[in-house]
Amino acid sequence: MGLGSLASRALRSSSSSRVLSTNPRYNLIRTIVSTPELHKPEAATEAASEPDLPKRTPIAGARVHFPNPDDVIEVFVDGYPVKIPKGMTVLQACSVAGVDIPRFCYHDRLSIAGNCRMCLVEVEKSPKPVASCAMPALPGMKIKTDTPIAKKAREGVMEFLLMNHPLDCPICDQGGECDLQDQSMAFGSDRGRFTETKRSVVDKNLGPLVKTVMTRCIQCTRCVRFASEIAGVQDLGMLGRGSGEEIGTYVEKLMTSELSGNVIDICPVGALTSKPFAFKARNWELKGTETIDVTDAVGSNIRIDSRGPEVMRIVPRLNEDINEEWISDKTRFCYDGLKRQRLSDPMIRGADGHFKPVSWRDALAVVAEVLHQVKPEEIVGVAGKLSDAESMMSLKDFLNRMGSNNIWCEGNGKYLDADLRSGYLMNSSISGLEKADCFLLVGTQPRVEAAMVNARIRKTVRATKAKVGYIGPPTDFNYDHDHLGTTPETLAAIADGRHPFSAALSTAKNPAIIIGAGIFDRQDTAAILSLLNSLSAKFKNLITPEWNGLNVLLLNAAQAAALDLGLTPESDSGMESAKFVYLMGADDTNLDDLPKDAFVVYQGHHGDKGVYRANVIFPSTVFSEKEGTYENTEGCVQQTVPAVPTVGDAREDWKITRALSEVCGVRLPYDSISGVRSRIKNVAPNLLRVDEREAAVFSGLLKPEGSEKVSAVPFGVTVENFYMTDAITRASKIMAQCSALLAKK
Amino acid sequence: MLARLASKRLLEIRQAFRQSPQTIRSLSTALNYHIDTPENNPNVPWEFNEANKPKVNEILSHYPSNYKQSAVIPLLDLAQQQHGGWLPVSAMDAVAKVVEVAPIRVYEVATFYSMFNRAKVGKYHLLVCGTTPCMIRGSREIEDALLKHLGVKRNEVTKDGLFSVGEMECMGCCVNAPMITVADYSTGSKGYTYNYYEDVTPKRVVEIVEALKRGEKPPHGTQNPERINCGPAGGNTTLLGEPKPPPCRDLDAC
Repeated sequence: MGLGSLASRALRSSSSSRVLSTNPRYNLIRTIVSTPELHKPEAATEAASEPDLPKRTPIAGARVHFPNPDDVIEVFVDGYPVKIPKGMTVLQACSVAGVDIPRFCYHDRLSIAGNCRMCLVEVEKSPKPVASCAMPALPGMKIKTDTPIAKKAREGVMEFLLMNHPLDCPICDQGGECDLQDQSMAFGSDRGRFTETKRSVVDKNLGPLVKTVMTRCIQCTRCVRFASEIAGVQDLGMLGRGSGEEIGTYVEKLMTSELSGNVIDICPVGALTSKPFAFKARNWELKGTETIDVTDAVGSNIRIDSRGPEVMRIVPRLNEDINEEWISDKTRFCYDGLKRQRLSDPMIRGADGHFKPVSWRDALAVVAEVLHQVKPEEIVGVAGKLSDAESMMSLKDFLNRMGSNNIWCEGNGKYLDADLRSGYLMNSSISGLEKADCFLLVGTQPRVEAAMVNARIRKTVRATKAKVGYIGPPTDFNYDHDHLGTTPETLAAIADGRHPFSAALSTAKNPAIIIGAGIFDRQDTAAILSLLNSLSAKFKNLITPEWNGLNVLLLNAAQAAALDLGLTPESDSGMESAKFVYLMGADDTNLDDLPKDAFVVYQGHHGDKGVYRANVIFPSTVFSEKEGTYENTEGCVQQTVPAVPTVGDAREDWKITRALSEVCGVRLPYDSISGVRSRIKNVAPNLLRVDEREAAVFSGLLKPEGSEKVSAVPFGVTVENFYMTDAITRASKIMAQCSALLAKK
Repeated sequence: MLARLASKRLLEIRQAFRQSPQTIRSLSTALNYHIDTPENNPNVPWEFNEANKPKVNEILSHYPSNYKQSAVIPLLDLAQQQHGGWLPVSAMDAVAKVVEVAPIRVYEVATFYSMFNRAKVGKYHLLVCGTTPCMIRGSREIEDALLKHLGVKRNEVTKDGLFSVGEMECMGCCVNAPMITVADYSTGSKGYTYNYYEDVTPKRVVEIVEALKRGEKPPHGTQNPERINCGPAGGNTTLLGEPKPPPCRDLDAC
C-alpha cells in the first residue's frame, strides 16, 4: 500500500462522519463504534437463545441454599434456566448459572454499593442495561450477559474508569493481580478517547501497613465499606464530589484496626497496597504455599508467598469456618520476624557467659550428661506457644522415658485439667457463633486475643443486634456491649440470677459464654470453672442437643493440642525445685523461681526471652519451614506445610528430641513424622483428622459445685500488645513499628 | 499517519482555546482533606451557642429519633451560620456528636456540598453565578469587577475580613441573568440572609459592595430599575387587560 492511498484513507476518515461510519477499519482515532446490531437487540436475542446449550458450572463452586422451598424462583441467564432463592441479585444468579460478571465495587461480604457500574447486563424488557449487583432477580427474568449492549456498556464503563487511572502498571505493586488490569484486558478497549490531563490525588498516610497511591483509586468504596462494616473503625470515607471525589480520612489519621491489612486484598486496583511488601517482588515470581497461621489460637488459613528461601508475604486463604477471607494484621505482617533473630547453630554457654557455636553431637552429649545427673522429679519440660503436636508428643514421650511427667504448655496454667475437651475448647465453633443471640465475654478481650473470632462476633452483633455482656478490665470493643463488671463476682451474681444480665441470658435462644484463656493463670481457676458449671445448670438453653454455648477462647496455637496430648503439670511446684528445664520454644514462662544452679535447655527458633537463661541452645524450625499439626481453639486440626528451607543447622523439634533421646539411651520408637503421628494416634486420634473439627463428646465441664469462692481480684488484660505476642512477632520490625504507632495507650 | 497528525493539530487547537482547566478551584472545595491551622484544628473547642441550642433540638425533632443522622445538613448549615460562614473541623465534630455518627460521615457530607465552606470566608460572601446563561450575559466581567474592586483573588478574604468572592453554579435566576448572591454572615445565624441581586452590571455590583461596606442593606432582587421582579423591562407588553375568564358553566342558571 502506497503512501498516497494511506494518506487519502486517513483524510477520508477524518473528514467523514465517524460515528456513522460503517466500516470500523477506517476509524483510526475513534475505535468504539456503533455497530448496526446494537440498534436491533432482537437480532442478538435470537442468536443467544439456542436450543441445546453446552453445560456450564457455577463460578467458584457457588452453591445455592434454599432456606424455604416456596421461595424458589427461576431466571434465565443467556438462555439457561437457573433456580435461585428469592432475594438473590442478578449478579448472584449469573454466578450460579456459571457466568462471571465483571465487577469492582461488589464484594460478597460487604454491603452493595452499585457505584462502579462494571456489572451492567442486559435484562429483557428493561430499557437500559441494569447494574446486576444491585438488581434483585425477579421470577422469569431473562438476563443476557453476552449481548452487544452488555459488551458495549462494559466497554464504556471501562473507558470511564481508565480515564483518570494512571498508566503506571509497570511500577504498580498490584500489577499481575489487579482486577482493573485483568478486566480491562477482557472487557476494555485498546485505546481511549480521553485527551485531557488526568487528575491526581494526594496520597494518604494510613500507617505502617497500608501504602496508598490514591491517584490509582477508582472509587469503588470497598475499603470504606470494609472499614465501617467488618473492621468496625469509622475512619475512611468518600470525600468530595464529581471528579474531585477521593477516599480519605479528611483529618490526618492512621488506620488503627487489627484487620486493616485486608483492605490491601479487597482493593481492586493498586491504590491500597502493602507497605512492607512495596517493590519487593512481583506476584508471578512467588511460590504460594497453602498453610495455616500460628500467631494466635484461631489457625487462620493463609498462603505463604515465598521467593527462594525468603518469605515475601502472607495472604489469607478462604475458610468459611475459621477466618472467612480475612486475616489479622499480626498474621499478615509478622513474616519479617521469620528471618530476624534466628538461631542457626547449636550453642553452649561457656564459662564466660557467652554462647559458643558447637556441633549437634557435642550439644546433645552435654545435655545427655546433665540429664543423667539430675533426679527424674527435678526435670521439667515446657512447650512454647508455637509448638506443634508432633514436637509436644515427642517431648512428652522423651521426658516420660526419663522418668518425669512435669511437662506443660505455656498459657495453660497450673490448675487446668485436660480431662474433658469441652473444658478447653470453643464448643460453639467459630462459625457457630453466628447463631448466638447473646454473648457473655468473661475475662477476654477477643479483639486482641483472637481478632478473627472478634470479627465473627462483630458480624453477628451487626446482623442480629445480639446483646454482648463483658466482664473484665475496660477495653476497646468495635461493637456495642454492656460492661457488667471487672471481677469474677459479677459472674457469680449472674449465676445466682441477682444480675440483670441473667434475664438476657435466660431469654436468649442460643446464648454463648466465652471465657478467656487468661483465667487459667488465676488462683481461682477451679472456682470460676465450677461457677460456669452452675451457670450451665441454671440456664438450660446454654447446652442443648443442638447448641453448646460454653466456650473457652484460647490464646496460643499450641494450647489445644497440648491439652489433647495431656501436657499438664504433675505437681504444683514446677519451677521451684527444678534442676533441669527443657524449654521447647517457651519464651513467656516465668523463670524467676528457678534455682540458680538449674540447667536450662532452650530449643527454639528465635533468640528471644528464653535464651537469656539458657545453658544450651538447640536451633529448631518455625511454622513456615516445617510440617506440623496444630489444633485451633474450636478443635479444628490443621497442618502447616513447609514453604521455605530451614535456616543454618536448625532441625525440626521432634527430630531434636528424638536425637537427644538416643544419646540419652532412651531411644524414642519413631524415625519419621508419620511415626510420630502414629504415636499421636494412640494418645489423641482426633489430631490426625486434618481439616476437621472434632467437637467435644461430653458437653459441660463436670466440675463439682463450687466449694471454693471466687476471688475479688479483677480479671487482667491477657494480651498487652496485640502486635507482639510471641517470638516471631517480637522479632518482626513491622510489628515493632505497629506497636509504636498503632497500639493503644 | 496524516490522520494522526491532523488529530494532534486538532488537539493543540482545542488546548489553546480551552481556559486553563482548573485554575484556582475555590479553596473551600479544592481540598478534600483537612490541614491543621491554628484556627482550624480538631482541638479547637466548638459547640452550638445558647441561642442555637433550641434550634438544634427543633431541627432534630423533624426526624425520627433513630434516624438522627438525617439532620446532618441542616445542622451543618446552622453551624456554618453561627461560625461566620465557614465550618472548622471542630464544628463538624460537634455536629457528628449531636447526630451520633462517626465524624467521617459528617466530613463526607460537608465535602460533598459546595455550599459548605471549609475555609474562612468574609462576613459578606459574594457568590457569582457562573453557569451558562449568566456567563453569556457577562458574569465573568462581574466577577472581574468585584475582584478588582476588592483587590482579592477568588475565595480570598479582604484584609478587613468583610468580603470574599466565590463562584456558584446555577441558582435558578437565569431570567434575570447575570446575578450574584450575597450571603450575609455579619450578624451570625440570627440575622443571616442569603439574598439574590439580579440583573447586575459591573458598575452596580461595586455599588452594592460599597453599600454593604457602609452597613446598608441594598434592596435585593432585580437591579434593573425598569424591571419588576422577572417581568420584562419597561413593563408588560402583552397580557395587559383583564384575562378572559375561563368558559365555565353558569351554575346559577341551572
